[in-house]
Amino acid sequence: MTAVLPPPTTRPAPPSALSIARARVGLELRLFFRERQQVVFSFAYPVVMMVIFGAVLGGDVLPGDVPFPQYFLAGIAATGIMLTSFQAVGTAIAAERETGQLERLQLLGTPPVAYFGGKAGQVLVTTAAQLALLLPVARYGYDVPMPVDLAHWLAFAWVAVLGALAGTVLGIAVSAMRGSAQSVTTSVSAVAIVLQFFSGVFFAFGELPGWMQRVAALFPLKWMTQGMRSAFLPDQAAVAEAAGSWEHGRIALVLAAWVIIGAVVCVRTFRWRRADG
Amino acid sequence: MTTTEVAPLPLGTGVVEAAVTVRGLAKRYDGRAVLDGLDLDVRRGECFALLGPNGAGKTTTIEILEGVRRRDAGEVRVLDEDPATGRREWRARMGVVSQGEPAGQALSVREALDHFARYHARPRPTDELLAATGLDAKAGTRVSALSGGQRRRLAVALGVQGRPELVFLDEPTTGMDPVARRQFWELVRGLRADGTTVLLTTHYLDEAAELADRVGVIAEGRLVDVAPPAELGADLRRRATVSWIEGGSRRQVVTEYPTGVLRDLLATATRGEVPGLTVTRPGLEDVYLQLVGAAPASSGGDLA
Repeated sequence: MTAVLPPPTTRPAPPSALSIARARVGLELRLFFRERQQVVFSFAYPVVMMVIFGAVLGGDVLPGDVPFPQYFLAGIAATGIMLTSFQAVGTAIAAERETGQLERLQLLGTPPVAYFGGKAGQVLVTTAAQLALLLPVARYGYDVPMPVDLAHWLAFAWVAVLGALAGTVLGIAVSAMRGSAQSVTTSVSAVAIVLQFFSGVFFAFGELPGWMQRVAALFPLKWMTQGMRSAFLPDQAAVAEAAGSWEHGRIALVLAAWVIIGAVVCVRTFRWRRADG
Repeated sequence: MTTTEVAPLPLGTGVVEAAVTVRGLAKRYDGRAVLDGLDLDVRRGECFALLGPNGAGKTTTIEILEGVRRRDAGEVRVLDEDPATGRREWRARMGVVSQGEPAGQALSVREALDHFARYHARPRPTDELLAATGLDAKAGTRVSALSGGQRRRLAVALGVQGRPELVFLDEPTTGMDPVARRQFWELVRGLRADGTTVLLTTHYLDEAAELADRVGVIAEGRLVDVAPPAELGADLRRRATVSWIEGGSRRQVVTEYPTGVLRDLLATATRGEVPGLTVTRPGLEDVYLQLVGAAPASSGGDLA
């Protein structure tokens, strides 16, 4: 008998990781903006903090003759970036894993890099939107000068982008923690709050105890706030920094190192499912 | 317990291609054997139902076949590849309806289908999927507002979106009302009619009987029997129970030769009628319960 088998179905290759990543950026943004709590928290927190601290400490002058709101804008802008990246990503992934959405992505053969790319794209867009809301409030509500020239705007831009990427990979990495989505959310929030106090967001960094400064120097937020100060503060204020300068090279190095270390950790520890046997 | 050899694929009657071949599959969790030498064959184009109690290893088996769980030992081929090393091209040929949430709660049904279409090279059109799953009227509804049965149907639509050759359905009708279940069965029959291989796990014997060409029963990590639903447990079905009332109490005899028992019984009956006389053979449920060891295997003696 000459049983001629039908040829194995010829299928076109699945769509590339890049095209899935693009689709995911759109999806992530849609889901983000429909999650009202997350939107309000991410966008309102920096603005509300700006208003509260501006009202209470608006008249203070910090070392280097910098008015408090100007110093605070740098810190709260960096904090906002941490919230839209690290906190939003860490909690979202933990929830997606718990509800089985990640399991579905795995079964679809989604390349992890496409999933990460979707998160990163969403983070960059929401971070830009958040800063676009915060800066005018500081400028027109508290007379905080904007970066004085293109070089300062560029410093603002690269610190924001590197900071958002570092936050994204760390958010992905931290979501691999054992425990329920709720416990991941709580831990991530606790880390975010402590880092704000240690990193010179609410107080001038130079006035913090030495041990606190040394702990903060291990994490990206301190370097993000310092980079933001280099964009918003007058150049002569650099002498009030711990190192006596803005340390652009070191900021870039630390943030890039976090992005790279975080990416390696993500690739090694990322889990689509809660428990694996 | 009765253990039946797995029926080999018929040879010589043309080539029956295997969609799934499993030999000696073993998996342990924390030293406890969940799968202990499981053999399984699923033919291309058939609907195969995997039955078994909770914890028998159904889901573990399916997850190993899907390539999302590692095995400890055994040979596994799914669509001619080893799932442990399956690439995206291989994955694209399978569809999975898992028990997890099908898509983000804040998406509408149509948005979810349109989005996931972009993961496939040749997706089925969204409108076609909506019609096939009866979700047309719910296209604009958010996933969070769907009923349990509607969510399952969305999961099915997403599972077959990429025109899979093999579909895994893991307890697909759990939580569905009877009407939704019947609609779902129609959907599965349609898939099978299109030549798609379907491997489903279920708790419901009626579902297996309705849908499956063959049923496999898993108990204690092994496949204890495999046959068309009506022939499952052939050895067990041969035994009939003859029961009647004598001296005010019910008596019964389990036998492979009910005719002989009846002949004796009728001969000893003093009057024309034997009160309460019944002859029953085990149904699918009786057979299943015996296969999984939940009911004592009936001995051939007089149990009265």
